[in-house]
Amino acid sequence: MRIALFATCLGDTLFPEAVKSTAVLLARLGHDVVFPPQQTCCGQMHVNTGYQREPVPLVRNFAEQFGDPAIEAVVVPSGSCAGSVRHQHEIVAARYGDAALRAGVAAVRTKTYELSEFLVDVLDLTDVGAYFPHRVTYHPTCHSLRMLRVGEKPLRLLRAVEGIDLVELPEADACCGFGGTFAVKNAETSTAMLRDKMDHITGTGAAVCTAGDSSCLMHIGGGLSRIRSGTRTLHLAQILAATRTTPHVLTEAAR
Amino acid sequence: MSSPTGPATQGTFLGMPAVPPRSPYGTGHLRGERSFPRAAHDELGNGQLRRNLGKATHSIRAKRLAVTGELPDWEQLRDTGSAIKTDTMNRLPELLEQLERKVTERGGTVHWARDGVEANEIVTRLVRETGSDEVLKVKSMATQEIGLNEHLATQGIAALETDLAELIVQLADDRPSHILVPAIHRNREEIREIFLRHIPGVDPALDSDPARLAAAARAFLREKFMTTKVAVSGANFGIAETGTLAVVESEGNGRMCLTLPETLITVMGIEKVLPRFQDLEVFLQLLPRSSTGERMNPYTSLWTGVTPGDGPQEFHLVLLDNGRTAALADRIGRAALHCIRCSACLNVCPVYERTGGHAYGSTYPGPIGAVLTPQLAGMHGAKGDPNSSLPYASSLCGACFDACPVKIDIPSLLVELRHQHTEQSGTTAEKLAMKAAAAVMKRPGLFTAAQKAAGLGRVPAGRDGTLSRLPPPLNGWSDSRDTPAPPQQTFRSWFASAEGAAAMRAAAEEGARHTDDAPQEES
Repeated sequence: MRIALFATCLGDTLFPEAVKSTAVLLARLGHDVVFPPQQTCCGQMHVNTGYQREPVPLVRNFAEQFGDPAIEAVVVPSGSCAGSVRHQHEIVAARYGDAALRAGVAAVRTKTYELSEFLVDVLDLTDVGAYFPHRVTYHPTCHSLRMLRVGEKPLRLLRAVEGIDLVELPEADACCGFGGTFAVKNAETSTAMLRDKMDHITGTGAAVCTAGDSSCLMHIGGGLSRIRSGTRTLHLAQILAATRTTPHVLTEAAR
Repeated sequence: MSSPTGPATQGTFLGMPAVPPRSPYGTGHLRGERSFPRAAHDELGNGQLRRNLGKATHSIRAKRLAVTGELPDWEQLRDTGSAIKTDTMNRLPELLEQLERKVTERGGTVHWARDGVEANEIVTRLVRETGSDEVLKVKSMATQEIGLNEHLATQGIAALETDLAELIVQLADDRPSHILVPAIHRNREEIREIFLRHIPGVDPALDSDPARLAAAARAFLREKFMTTKVAVSGANFGIAETGTLAVVESEGNGRMCLTLPETLITVMGIEKVLPRFQDLEVFLQLLPRSSTGERMNPYTSLWTGVTPGDGPQEFHLVLLDNGRTAALADRIGRAALHCIRCSACLNVCPVYERTGGHAYGSTYPGPIGAVLTPQLAGMHGAKGDPNSSLPYASSLCGACFDACPVKIDIPSLLVELRHQHTEQSGTTAEKLAMKAAAAVMKRPGLFTAAQKAAGLGRVPAGRDGTLSRLPPPLNGWSDSRDTPAPPQQTFRSWFASAEGAAAMRAAAEEGARHTDDAPQEES
């Protein structure tokens, strides 16, 4: 299958390892992975902060970059960015776009998938041949869970990983407190939410907290690093991309 | 406080429809004194509040999930509730006129109040006409919204709250912090002290046993029920078809107020009307299961006009707008008017759980308050109105949408109100930053250059590759979170590099080998 990878601005710039793992994983599964090089950002931060005029060019660029009919699927290693493409681009296009943009957005949204959805729903896979002999706990990010409704899909993928010690995260469905600019505008409330999330994570004794969004992981990981918890964060793709041949070597977590 | 928008224009009619008025600035309780982040700062420091809220919200959540999960048709009930509300809002004027007609036919009197000021004046006049200088109150959000008790006090009329939690709040000269559990922020020791100080003739040996606290309140209230001539209530529902009003409650004190006094005055927000009596079948299932987590609330009172020789012989219904028509005029925002005040969204909200209700500064706290309050009272963005901070008091986690019995998409409404706020606000530093970010991101060449510049962030990073202090406005973030320094190589440059190409080739080869070893299903 010809798959276009949407790296997301955050993944591309700050968390390239998560995107590399996504690319490597899809290649290992036998797919032709392309990276439309003019891609930038989905505009989620703008829309969620209240700006809908400003991201029009971003929405247009996304529809143009990924509109090529030869691209069978657009895969995004982020639940919230996939949610933005699927649910917010049409709002922006309906309000401030033209007919061409509305058509472009409608065409591209139906073939855009978050990584776990793509693997489980489109490829019908749960065992991707991964090997990860560490204790892991999974945080379902809010937009994966409640906007895309990925449900158990990431957990089904993780359960099939060889050697993994997957432990349940208490109150897993509670928000970590990130919420984009929420963590800046309401930093103290966000911190109170983060603290409870970190208590639950460290209580599992996991070496790794994983999720399908680099943004939420940046938040959780930033907190875990600050308190020197000894737990690090890894994107779901980094666990699924690890194999016996090319295992993931855990870096030292701050203690 | 004077209105920052100035007086409404009353010029010659030019054929343009007027913008419906919002609740007047500076009246009632639809606006706090501080922005949400500032108010939350104090509430977050209150450990007692955090513990009480955590305990209460978690236990109500579990109860709600149990009683909504047991109904096989719960999702259809939610859909039906949502459809009835949509239908109601689409023909609100006709339904309200029908309600007025039916109530009048059955011996009641209907009054129309444009805003809280008018409603307060109407209620004051009606109470004066009875000759009484005290009124009993049934727990009511609408009368809190308009500050009725305070207004009555200025007119020499004492209003006594009869819902136990509301009574506690009133005696302590406090404000409710939760729609359903107004005294959620108080523990029993505090309640004992409030009773000892404020209930006349209470036993000085009163301890903090909940049953004895309730008994002390009961003795005080029963006497009032038997001697007070007027009661003021709100309404959960008003049925256009029959003119029937409905109040649901747990304690029975509402029932006493609705039946014992000679005169009953009900203040109802206009969005509480339902078309048919049969619609109660849906809402009397949705409301108690969503709010208290009970299959049915203990007391449901229904009354229609006046019944000779039984109950109040004089009944007045005050229909309150106070910004509701303005909300109705908003194609998207009007969905907030579907709210049945169950408080399920408060109980699941991770923000509310930490800050409590006072931080919202409004009678309506939590997620629904954050969308309803700015619509009823406006958010004068450029004026530093605390209401303009409410749509941002959410991480958009979506738990409220899943819990809402009438499926109000609160996260989408929050995003919509944020947009309305930025559109009203003119040029701000944030808007310029957003414009600048979009200008860079729409040009891939510039974006790549900016990514390279971001790589300079490695310079101030510590040995562990993290940034521990960031400048304003990001300092709130960096107070409790490390930020990774941007890595040397972006994904796009890796993918375009020889190293990236080799890694992708190796992965494909590994996959091919693996497929040879153990054939895998794949499309």
